[in-house]
Amino acid sequence: MATEVHNLQELRRSASLATKVFIQRDYSDGTICQFQTKFPPELDSRIERQLFEETVKTLNSFYAEAEKIGGSSYLEGCLACATAYFIFLCMETHYEKVLKKISRYIQEQNEKVFAPRGLLLTDPVERGMRVVSFLAVPFEVDPDSEPPSQRLPEPRCEPRPTLHCPCI
Amino acid sequence: MGKLRICDGTRWEGLVCDLISKEICCPYLAVKITPAIPVVGGILFFFVMGTLLRTSFSDPGVLPRATPDEAADLERQIGNPEDIANGTSSGGYRPPPRTKEVIINGQTVKLKYCFTCKIFRPPRASHCSLCDNCVERFDHHCPWVGNCVGKRNYRFFYMFILSLSFLTVFIFAFVITHVILRSQQAGFLNALKDSPASVLEAVVCFFSVWSIVGLSGFHTYLISSNQTTNEDIKGSWSNKRGKENYNPYSYGNIFTNCCVALCGPISPSLIDRRGYIQPDTPQPAAPSNGMAAYGATQSQSDMCDQDQCIQSTKFVLQAAATPLLQSEPSLTSDELHLPGKPGLGTPCASLTLGPPTPPSSMPNLAAEAALTDILPLKDEHVGHQFLTPDEAPSPPTMLAGSPLAHSRTMHVLGLASQDSLHEDSVRGLVKLSSV
Repeated sequence: MATEVHNLQELRRSASLATKVFIQRDYSDGTICQFQTKFPPELDSRIERQLFEETVKTLNSFYAEAEKIGGSSYLEGCLACATAYFIFLCMETHYEKVLKKISRYIQEQNEKVFAPRGLLLTDPVERGMRVVSFLAVPFEVDPDSEPPSQRLPEPRCEPRPTLHCPCI
Repeated sequence: MGKLRICDGTRWEGLVCDLISKEICCPYLAVKITPAIPVVGGILFFFVMGTLLRTSFSDPGVLPRATPDEAADLERQIGNPEDIANGTSSGGYRPPPRTKEVIINGQTVKLKYCFTCKIFRPPRASHCSLCDNCVERFDHHCPWVGNCVGKRNYRFFYMFILSLSFLTVFIFAFVITHVILRSQQAGFLNALKDSPASVLEAVVCFFSVWSIVGLSGFHTYLISSNQTTNEDIKGSWSNKRGKENYNPYSYGNIFTNCCVALCGPISPSLIDRRGYIQPDTPQPAAPSNGMAAYGATQSQSDMCDQDQCIQSTKFVLQAAATPLLQSEPSLTSDELHLPGKPGLGTPCASLTLGPPTPPSSMPNLAAEAALTDILPLKDEHVGHQFLTPDEAPSPPTMLAGSPLAHSRTMHVLGLASQDSLHEDSVRGLVKLSSV
């Protein structure tokens, strides 16, 4: 109990140092998965507007590709129905393949673009596709000058098998 | 997190009939006409069972609850204008319902804020009070299947009712054939004496055919117009609301609508159904009357399972004495639930509420399935008024005398019990008191 409380206090301390910026879903095109491209004011000093919009637009295009209805998706659906959905034991759906592509893209963007600016982008699938969240870590003036990617706080929560980790 | 009930409610008429027919008619018909009859019947039966299990046990498209940070961010965005207007902080009391308007394909759609899940519901999503979750593209909560029917399992549900209609028609036809063939040999009365079960089967099948074929027809209409049962019942896109009212989600032609509903891509589940429920971060300003108990972890979830089993026994007793329609006090669940957990823990089997009564006609059936979730159609905090006329354009007579209007009492009860070990039993007591 005491260690739990101690861990949680540490969590709160590190989380309170970081600001979380949430980008909500954009439902103007219906129920498809799209995120708002409106630039949040909290990120004004952190990242260029154009870079942010480009990232969100790329994410939106990935999700549009995942949910695209057309010949190949119908074929997959019919094949799945014909095999009583057992085929999904062997292969993954088109949607899942695109989700993997998205998480690879996000990881890449985090390493190249966001980490140097002290930002961390979370995968929307970890948030139930509700938001894209940016974790903005305040820069520390460190005389040892560690590389920027290591300045992000280590997650100090206990490993949880559930979807979300409260530290991100 | 919301409750996931795994129930064994099935369409017993068609399935029991099939079993009876296997014993009685099949040997006779297999010899007299062709052995293909029991084979086809068997295939249909297994298909029906497969789609039923798939509908029952798949995630309908549950939206996981917002993390505390997201909820706080949303509250901040929405709450601020109210604070400025009132000049007070909104801590403690429940603020008025919040809606956001969005224009989809030229139609104005209102997005409601879900107080339980702390999110703005996507369009077409609804909160099911029985499952206590927001479900995407919410169709209805089916008590026969024991699960919500939503985006991810609608096609399985449709295939279930379609195949079941074929099965009931098949059985009905061959029961009649069986009786006719026997009466040709030995006379009508002798035929009935030889196989009395055929009479029972014929009667049950007759009523089943009407209800199930009717339901299939209704859902075929819904699929071809790309509407959900929820939207159809509320008349969201009907012409009666105005000349300019049309369905913004429809793709224009029937073929595309059908293909998308039945063969479109299935999104993966957003919840982790096999995870362990972990307690949430205890609040820093926790009251001293037991909230500190949240610190204990595994023992609580173990106790929780035990309590859920106790709970299910209570449900059994309650089910024996109460009508089919139940109301879930979402206000209490708001207070009592451990919020923000996508993991559901071990589900405990519990029976469907009330005995399954064979419905006599299609409209009743569609309404019956939808009745249990008329509640989530309304905002949760306005729970004390059951139905306004514009919410139920075709109110079935079963609504008369249905339980509700105890949401205030239940809210008080909820606040009174803060110990998470007793939360499930309180919920059970609350349900009993609401009858």
